[in-house]
Amino acid sequence: MIPGQFQYHAPTSLDEALGLLAQYGDEAKVLAGGHSLLPMMKLRFAEPGHLIDINKIAQLSGIEERDATLRIGALTRENELIASRLLWDKCPLIPETAQLIADPQVRNRGTIGGDIVHGDPGNDHPAVMMALDASLVLRGPDGERTVPANGFYMGTYYTQMEPEEILTEIHVPVPPPHTGHAYCKLKRKTGDFATAAAAVLLTLDGDKCARVSITLTNVGPTPLKAEAAEQVLQGQKIDEALIGRAAAEAMAICEPAEDLRGDSEYKTHMAGEMTRRAIRQALERAGRS
Amino acid sequence: MARQQISFTLNGEPVELLVEPRQLLIHALRDVLALTGSHIGCETTHCGACTVDLNGESVKSCTVLAVQADGADVLTVEGLAANGELHPVQEGFMQEHGLQCGFCTPGMMMRAYRFLQENPDPSDAEIRAGLSGNLCRCTGYQNIVKAVRYAADKLREHQTA
Repeated sequence: MIPGQFQYHAPTSLDEALGLLAQYGDEAKVLAGGHSLLPMMKLRFAEPGHLIDINKIAQLSGIEERDATLRIGALTRENELIASRLLWDKCPLIPETAQLIADPQVRNRGTIGGDIVHGDPGNDHPAVMMALDASLVLRGPDGERTVPANGFYMGTYYTQMEPEEILTEIHVPVPPPHTGHAYCKLKRKTGDFATAAAAVLLTLDGDKCARVSITLTNVGPTPLKAEAAEQVLQGQKIDEALIGRAAAEAMAICEPAEDLRGDSEYKTHMAGEMTRRAIRQALERAGRS
Repeated sequence: MARQQISFTLNGEPVELLVEPRQLLIHALRDVLALTGSHIGCETTHCGACTVDLNGESVKSCTVLAVQADGADVLTVEGLAANGELHPVQEGFMQEHGLQCGFCTPGMMMRAYRFLQENPDPSDAEIRAGLSGNLCRCTGYQNIVKAVRYAADKLREHQTA
C-alpha cells in the first residue's frame, strides 16, 4: 500500500508552516506523528496534494507548568508524556491515558496534538482533555485563538479547527487538591481503539463531590460529555446507588457505531461499566489525595 | 512528482538515494537499498515486522516516509551483528528457539535490541509490554520472552565483565 502522489514540505518554523498552509489551503495536510494520516493516505482515504511535515519545528514540543497551567506542545510524543515527571506529579491522568494508546513503536511517533485534532472518535486524548477542561491554542493566518476542548468536536473528523490553522499548544489547568482521576478503557488487544472508555475527574470537599467531569470515548460520532451523569454526583456523598444512576445517564447519551468491536447495545453497556469503574477509581484516589 | 535526494546513515554507513516523497521507509530499505531483512507484514502499523531503529527509537518503517529519514541514523537487522559475531539478541533467539517461521523475527529482534537499552533488566511482564507492538502469528511468544531474557543477561554480563 503506497500513498498517492503529493508534494512534500518540511518547514523549520511555525510561520513557514502557516505560510504553506495559507498557500495550499485544503489541498494540504499537516503531518505530525503520521500514525493516523499516513495509514489513511495508504488506503487512499486521504489524498492531499501537499504534505506539510511539522516534525522539524522544535518549538512545538515540550511540557512546562506556568501559572497553575500545564502547557503541552502539540508535537509532544505519547512516550514523552509517559516519561514526564511533571505530568505524573501534576496530572497523572494524561500519562496514564497515553500508556493505553497503541504500542511502544507507535507511541514514539504519535503526538498528543495529532490525537486531539484528528477528530477520530476512537482517539483517547479528546475525552480526557474535555474532562480536564483543557483549552487548545490554534494559530492561523490571523493570529492565535484559544478554544475549549469542550465544544471543539462537531462530528467525526470535523472540529472547530480551520484548514489553515495549526494546533500549537494544549493548556491543562492543574487539578486542585483532593482530586482523583481515572481513564478506564476496554480494548480487545494492545493497539486497539476503545470498544468503550470513560474518563472521570472528581474533586472532593470533605466526603461530598465538589466537582466532577465524566466523558466518554468511541461511543458516538465525537467524544461525549456526560453532563446528566455529572449532575447525579454533583454535591453528593457518592455511593454505589448514585454510581449506578450516573452510569445509566452516561449510557443514555451513547450512540455507538456498530463494528467488529461489537453492536450498539454491547458498546453502550460497556460504556456504562467503564463509567462505573472510572467513578469508583477516581473517588478512591480523591479520598487518598 | 519530483524525486528528492536524501542521505542518511544506514547500519553505520552513509547512503544517498533519490526517492519519491510518497515512498515509505520500508520500501526504500527493501526495494532501493536491497536490504530485505526488514519485513512487510500487515502494512497497517499493527504487526511490527518492519520495525527498525530511527535515531535511537523503534519505529514501524511502513508508517514513516523515506524523506523523513533524511539526515537520520537508521539501524536494521542487517546491522545487528558486528565483526562476524552475532549480537546477544540474535544469539538469544537462536539459543532459546525464539522463532518458528521466522517472519516476525527481524522486527522482534530490532524491538528487543532497543527495548533492552531502555530497560536493561526487565521482568517477563515488562518484556511482554515492551514487545507488545510486535505480533508473532506462530504465537511463539513464550520462547521470544526467553530469548529476550537470555539477551538481557548476556548484555549485562558484557557490561560488568
